[in-house]
Amino acid sequence: MTLEEALAHDLEPRVVFERPELIADRTTTYCPGCGHGVVHRLVAEVLGELGLGPRTIAVAPVGCAVFAYDFLSVDFVEAPHGRAPALATGIRRVRPDAFVLTYQGDGDLAAIGTAEIVHAAARGELITVVFVNNGIYGMTGGQMAPTTLLGQRSTSSPGGREAGLHGLPIPMTEMLAVMPGVAFAARGSVADAAAIGRAKSYLRKAAEAQLARRGFSIVEILSNCPVGWGMSPVESIERLRDVVVKAYPLGVLVDRTKDTAAPGGDGTGGAPPADGAATPQRER
Amino acid sequence: MTAVRPPEADLVVADTAVQPSAPPVPPAATAVRPRARPRPAAPRRILMKGNEAMAEAAIRAGCDAYFGYPITPQAELLEWMARRMPEEGRAFVQAESELGAINMAYGAAAAGARVLVSSSSPGISLMAEAMSYMAGAEVPVVLINVMRGGPGLGSIGPSQADYFQAVKGHGHGDYRTPVLAPSSINEAVELVADAFELAERYRTPVMILVDGILGQAMEPVSASFRMPERRGAEWVLGGADGRPPRVVKSLHLKPEALEQHNLDLQAKFGRIEAREVRWAGERLDDADLVIVAYGTSARVARTAVARAREAGLAVGLFRPITLWPFPTAALADLAARVRGFLVVELSAGQMVEDVRLAVSGRRPVTFRGRMGGMVPTPGEVVDAIRELDGLAAGGSR
Repeated sequence: MTLEEALAHDLEPRVVFERPELIADRTTTYCPGCGHGVVHRLVAEVLGELGLGPRTIAVAPVGCAVFAYDFLSVDFVEAPHGRAPALATGIRRVRPDAFVLTYQGDGDLAAIGTAEIVHAAARGELITVVFVNNGIYGMTGGQMAPTTLLGQRSTSSPGGREAGLHGLPIPMTEMLAVMPGVAFAARGSVADAAAIGRAKSYLRKAAEAQLARRGFSIVEILSNCPVGWGMSPVESIERLRDVVVKAYPLGVLVDRTKDTAAPGGDGTGGAPPADGAATPQRER
Repeated sequence: MTAVRPPEADLVVADTAVQPSAPPVPPAATAVRPRARPRPAAPRRILMKGNEAMAEAAIRAGCDAYFGYPITPQAELLEWMARRMPEEGRAFVQAESELGAINMAYGAAAAGARVLVSSSSPGISLMAEAMSYMAGAEVPVVLINVMRGGPGLGSIGPSQADYFQAVKGHGHGDYRTPVLAPSSINEAVELVADAFELAERYRTPVMILVDGILGQAMEPVSASFRMPERRGAEWVLGGADGRPPRVVKSLHLKPEALEQHNLDLQAKFGRIEAREVRWAGERLDDADLVIVAYGTSARVARTAVARAREAGLAVGLFRPITLWPFPTAALADLAARVRGFLVVELSAGQMVEDVRLAVSGRRPVTFRGRMGGMVPTPGEVVDAIRELDGLAAGGSR
């Protein structure tokens, strides 16, 4: 039914899809088919639904998503490559009422920024990390990332990633999930509408973990990079769904938010939540 | 130009040998900035270690957050903050690395806090990246470098070999940051408060550059702690509540935009150069030979000046307090009426390059330095003055 037909039948037109309030009204700089736009939208929806926009201080990474500050309408500081969790720590310690968020890619978080992310998690720092994993350095032209899958070709692994030559992909979120300071860790994807819905629910849970002062929270979101992968957007989504998700299983990796132990690190001297509720709940 | 600090009746100067003299010819274009500073009426002198005195000075100056990582010879500063900051209900984090510490500082300062970071030479090298980012994003942070011997892991002895790093730029890009160089612990205490003030006035990182001796030694400190006034800042991040979102960043991808940003930064550096130069002169009025030295080197030079005077040589001491902006104009003025300069440093010769630029070939500029944690004796410096005396006499005059 067209709008004209609806009006002719005297039906109320209703809005079924609109721009979230916290998404800026401008065209993004992302390539056609890139998953960052979807993840931005999910972050904006969750922050909006929880009423966090006015007290969010976000940290932008180095990489394609450095421009997150142009598309998400919250306060932003831009970090040196990999250092976002350290900046977020500094913000957390002097702004106890702020909602503190980092948005990081896999090169940023899983390579150059491994020390910063691991120690922020170890401190149980009350921050929420959005970790977009597309298995490649997109902005610099499609080089191999620490998360690049075995056999995957990139401009710096032209023959495909080999374990003996390049090492194995890093399961970063699983590594972080074992630490008691991590209140919530999950992995979602943008492969289809159902997965996107679940990824949003993880983001909401992660934000709530920070609000409940339970500790560090992270949501890894598997995404695509059509240009970096040398594929059409549709092909890249198929690869994400059929190949990448099999290498990086989706689901909640740890949820300690129900623990009654003292909250995690925010400079108030509370102990991180005790381990115990770490029951992996896999999707599907 | 605030060339010298006026003697202040209520300030007990721990090192009573410091008698600032007037600049030879104050340039007409730069006026002395009046400094209205409330001072305690009856100061007490307390014996404090340099690292601990600077830490306490920061707390009294209203430092909201401290981030650090252990390294000799500045570890006592971190330890003092570890105990005192929680007592004051303020933030202290021992970071996972110097990278972590300086980036925590970047975040906290972007969120409007008054922030201190400290380290020693190898740690400062790791902080170079964030210094460039903070200079670009115009974020005020005070960083103390308690210098040790280098290069590499070097030694834990005192050194001034990080002058180039501090003054010419730690990281990449066209930027400058003010560098303050105290030569006594008492002066270090005063400069901590001044550093916060400069950082916030100009939205810039500021470095306090001391050597390991000033960090480790104990000296009487007068009660000259000071809390600089806090200024509201319309760029600080705190949540876009009832206002448009703010972004603190150093990225400007459009060449036109980045050039304009650089022009704005250069204009700011020009204002700092015009207004914030500081130095102290001792026995310069009748001097015809001048030792130029800062920090611990200036302490050795002061003794050497006294001995050389006893031997009949008319020697004075020129002590830069701001290493950037460097007191170029004052040295150039001095070059018009003295016979030569001797630069003394705990390095292979770094500040000497800036002295030569200021003197511009009009007078001989000689150098005496020790490295690796070694400190020249006053006798060595007197010998160097005698050599300069001979050189200057055999020269054009």
